Amino acid sequence: MKTKGKPVWGLLGPYALWAAVFIVVPLVFVAYYAFTDNNFTFTLDNLIRFFNDRSQMGDTEVRTYMLIFWRSLKLALISTVICLLLGYPLAYIMSRASDRNQKIMMTMLMIPMWMNFLIRTYAWMTILQDTGLLNGLLSKLGLGSVHIIGTEGAVVIGMVYDYLPYMVLPIYSVMAKLDIRLIEAARDLGCNNYGVLKRVIFPLSMPGVLSGINMVLIPSVSTFYISQKLGNGKFFLIGDAIEGQYVANNLHFAAAMAFILMIILLVMMAFIKKFTNNMAYGGEEI
Amino acid sequence: MKTASRIFTALVFIFLFAPIAILIVFSFNDAKSLSVFSGFSFRWYRELVYDDATLESVRNTLILALSATVISTIMGTAAAVGINRLRSKWIKSAINTVTDIPMTNPDIITGISLMLMFVFFGRMFGRSDSLSFTTMLLSHVTFCLPYVILQVLPKLRQMDPSLPEAAQDLGCTPVRAFFKATIPEIMPGVITGAIMAFTMSLDDFVISYFTSGAGFQTLPVRIYNMTKKTVTPKMYALATIIFFVILTMLIISNFSDESASEKRKTKRNNRKAIKK
Repeated sequence: MKTKGKPVWGLLGPYALWAAVFIVVPLVFVAYYAFTDNNFTFTLDNLIRFFNDRSQMGDTEVRTYMLIFWRSLKLALISTVICLLLGYPLAYIMSRASDRNQKIMMTMLMIPMWMNFLIRTYAWMTILQDTGLLNGLLSKLGLGSVHIIGTEGAVVIGMVYDYLPYMVLPIYSVMAKLDIRLIEAARDLGCNNYGVLKRVIFPLSMPGVLSGINMVLIPSVSTFYISQKLGNGKFFLIGDAIEGQYVANNLHFAAAMAFILMIILLVMMAFIKKFTNNMAYGGEEI
Repeated sequence: MKTASRIFTALVFIFLFAPIAILIVFSFNDAKSLSVFSGFSFRWYRELVYDDATLESVRNTLILALSATVISTIMGTAAAVGINRLRSKWIKSAINTVTDIPMTNPDIITGISLMLMFVFFGRMFGRSDSLSFTTMLLSHVTFCLPYVILQVLPKLRQMDPSLPEAAQDLGCTPVRAFFKATIPEIMPGVITGAIMAFTMSLDDFVISYFTSGAGFQTLPVRIYNMTKKTVTPKMYALATIIFFVILTMLIISNFSDESASEKRKTKRNNRKAIKK
């Protein structure tokens, strides 16, 4: 298979060129726009504005974009943790089910992923509204009513709903491939169910958990539709801010926010990767 | 424990399917309301048939997804073969890192970055409407490519490298050996990659939103613009149709999978019988 060098670039060349022009260069443009003003002269104003812009909220003065940014991070982290708490047991249950049931559950997880998420998120609006279906059901049961729409809780529900399958699938695919002999060996060596879970299944499923976290955290940090619909536009997230600046044609400030988001996500993902690696190899404590 | 896990599974799936069930039910609503059901009718399906803008956006979405799939599948398969033949570790890891970028970056950043580049070059050439079908196609091919490459690469690694060599020893030119020996071996990966590319393109909203011009609207972008105003059950009717199309496709593919694996089984058994 050690073909002489030539044909490699004939095959790889078009893609290499494409990747350079449409993946690498656009990212350079994000940095370029972030550090320039409308006349494309160098400035730090866009970044300073992100950290310093203030506005009145009630009686207190807050840093507008910092507040939005922390809120995005907080809601995305809460959603990721909930997805993990729901998704991990589900993936485990799926991997233990019969072949037929595994297939059915896989299909059921895929169906929502293939339907337009805008419409599905919109349907949550009709469920969660004050006069919506959930409150209708609760009052019929004589349980009073709850106010959810327009709260941070509603945004979290939307995020968990939209991204839960992305947490389940990678964890499931790791668990389904798990060598059953390892579990038997652990049993033979005196582990109970809890011990098997803690010492064998949990550490070995870490790669799946890592990619699950990746696939939930990144889209929920940067979403801009869920918050507009389920938060009633009251809870602006960083994605909303970027989209808003794009619509207002403030491309340089939009680029600055995208740039900051990108850097923070890179740092966060490196940190999470290190953390899950420790869990995978250390199990509990080394 | 068994019951507990059954209840848990049921609750999670109820959570996942509640909104879908609701939008199906309300697509048949008589009235305009999305929360009070007043009677069964096909009214919204009828209105959907006469909604030219929506139907055109469906057509646009399909054209875009098909074009993006064809281009990204061909270019991605060639790229995977090239990556597999690379000897330099350094170039290999550089290319893999770049290939990972569209998959790990949030869609909003991919969308913004492409839009900034298109707008910049558009301005350079004195055009204010630089976003169009072409820019959308370029963007879709870009985010589809990694999925194709990542599906084809493992198949190439599993392949017996002596196969194309044998074809060449038997008189094939390298190109012919590639089409006769390599391609059939990696075909399952190519097909999975193409399907993934097609569904990613079909379903994409965020990147399309930032890179689409006024003239060319895909369905997700149209839905977004529709949900900005008041929404009628017409949109639910559309979603219901999509749901049943997907359901049928999944059932058919599962069914053909099963019959294919059964065929394989009987083949294997036959072979065993012959050996005996």
